[in-house]
Amino acid sequence: MSEPVNNRYEFVLLFDVKNGNPNGDPDGGNLPRIDPETGHGITTDVCLKRKVRNYVDLVKKNVSPYEIHVREGAFLSEHHRRAHKALDDEKLFIHVPLDLQDELKNYMGYPEGIGFENEGIYLQLCIDTEKAKKAVNKLKDISDAAKAKLKELFVDSKAAVAKKWMCKNFFDVRTFGAVMSTGDKTCGQVRGPVQLAFARSIDPIVGLDVAMFRTAAVRVEEPNDKGLGARKAIVPYGLYRAHGFISAPLAKQTGFSEDDLELFWDALVNMFDHDRSAARGEMAARKLIIFKHDSELGNAPASKLFDLVTVEKICGDTPPRSFADYTVTVGEAPAGVSLVEKI
Amino acid sequence: MSYGIKLRVWGDYALFTRPEMKVERVSYDVMTPSAARGILEAIYWKPAIRWVIDRIHVLKPVRFDNIRRNELASRVSVNRRDMDEGRPVCRYIENDRQQRASMVLRNVEYVIEAHFELTGSEDSDPGKHLAIFERRVKKGQCFHRPYFGCREFPVDFAWCDDVPGPVFHGRRDFGFILHDLDFSDNMSPSFFRAVMEDGVIDCRGEVVS
Repeated sequence: MSEPVNNRYEFVLLFDVKNGNPNGDPDGGNLPRIDPETGHGITTDVCLKRKVRNYVDLVKKNVSPYEIHVREGAFLSEHHRRAHKALDDEKLFIHVPLDLQDELKNYMGYPEGIGFENEGIYLQLCIDTEKAKKAVNKLKDISDAAKAKLKELFVDSKAAVAKKWMCKNFFDVRTFGAVMSTGDKTCGQVRGPVQLAFARSIDPIVGLDVAMFRTAAVRVEEPNDKGLGARKAIVPYGLYRAHGFISAPLAKQTGFSEDDLELFWDALVNMFDHDRSAARGEMAARKLIIFKHDSELGNAPASKLFDLVTVEKICGDTPPRSFADYTVTVGEAPAGVSLVEKI
Repeated sequence: MSYGIKLRVWGDYALFTRPEMKVERVSYDVMTPSAARGILEAIYWKPAIRWVIDRIHVLKPVRFDNIRRNELASRVSVNRRDMDEGRPVCRYIENDRQQRASMVLRNVEYVIEAHFELTGSEDSDPGKHLAIFERRVKKGQCFHRPYFGCREFPVDFAWCDDVPGPVFHGRRDFGFILHDLDFSDNMSPSFFRAVMEDGVIDCRGEVVS
């Protein structure tokens, strides 16, 4: 796998919907989500993350290292063959206090897979921990303090191994993070580098309620059971704008790589094309504008970068009904930030 | 107090969940010191320092909005056998779904007044830490994007020299709110009486746990 992502990113995704419902509100009878104060449409962060997951599931066939942890059962394609990649020779280190360093450094009788290196003791992740734990209990010629430090290694290792393993196998854990419980009480949390905010429509939207009727009877015995009414909520047209953030230091922690990043951009560009349904209508990604900082911590405030992207309605007083009713202008990026337009 | 800083933070939404209402989440009216600390730590933190929140200035009226979402009910559970034997480790969202509402704050803006304390003798040059923090804020840099309570509510931040005038006048009592969690004592929470005087909450008062 390629290197972890080394630059901070911000991105603006513009997507539109025509005669569909981009994100229903469970509190509002599945009508499109709307900001009650301004009338702007909203789609939640989790709604977009769901689509990224589904896209990656579809493209990578749910095989390690691109498995998807939080899945929709609706994908009935073949996902039986699973190949979890075991952790190879990675080492888990714990810090050793100065007064113990000499003793542990010179100790000779470590069981297999445990040792001293670079001023810390390590546990090789592929070893059988139960066996190693017993071996540690039987160690001789070592002080109680040093032994306690070795035991601590196993306590720490449980959550750490689970985290590493989850990050390694699962694209969504690496990207968005996960809250985990590992067997018993120990909890671990993976915070993913990719963070999304709610998307909001450029102009207020109008939710239309379309009435429909079923014209066929369901049961032979009740041939008159026709014409059952149903309703469908649609937005005639809405252009939505989503903001996202990618943190390089967190990418390092989860191993979110350059390849993963490319896949993520692909997902943002293409995810709506694989999410067709009766409810969604026509949805499409229209623009993906990426700000790549030269450094890990970033070179400009995110809010200033987002301000560079302005979207304006150009159809006057008539309500917008297509992407052509808008213009998108992108200003000059400040020094240290490069601008990439994927669509 | 010579190492004090002021940071202006703002955003579209915020959710500082009340611990007593965390299933269907309801936000506190204002930011908690613990959330403010998290924001500072997202910008700059090292084990050598500990951020302490002194005051929180509330610069926008307190308004709420309701959002209900489909959420996953359980946490990821993994154990050694799953890993070794290649069992499926995944969650089907349809079988494990909860719909939960959140009562979130709308359109928030605060100024956080804080300082840091040194935790030990190592790396204990306060001028260095302060300079790094200031440089990062002024360049818009952060370790990861800070957020108002939940990661979907990102924070914009800027260095603040003068606190803008108050929008609130008089005294408003928010009752006991979360002060912070004590991680050295099994994550035990502590609370304080949040009283806003002319838009300013002093977080240095008596803390109960």
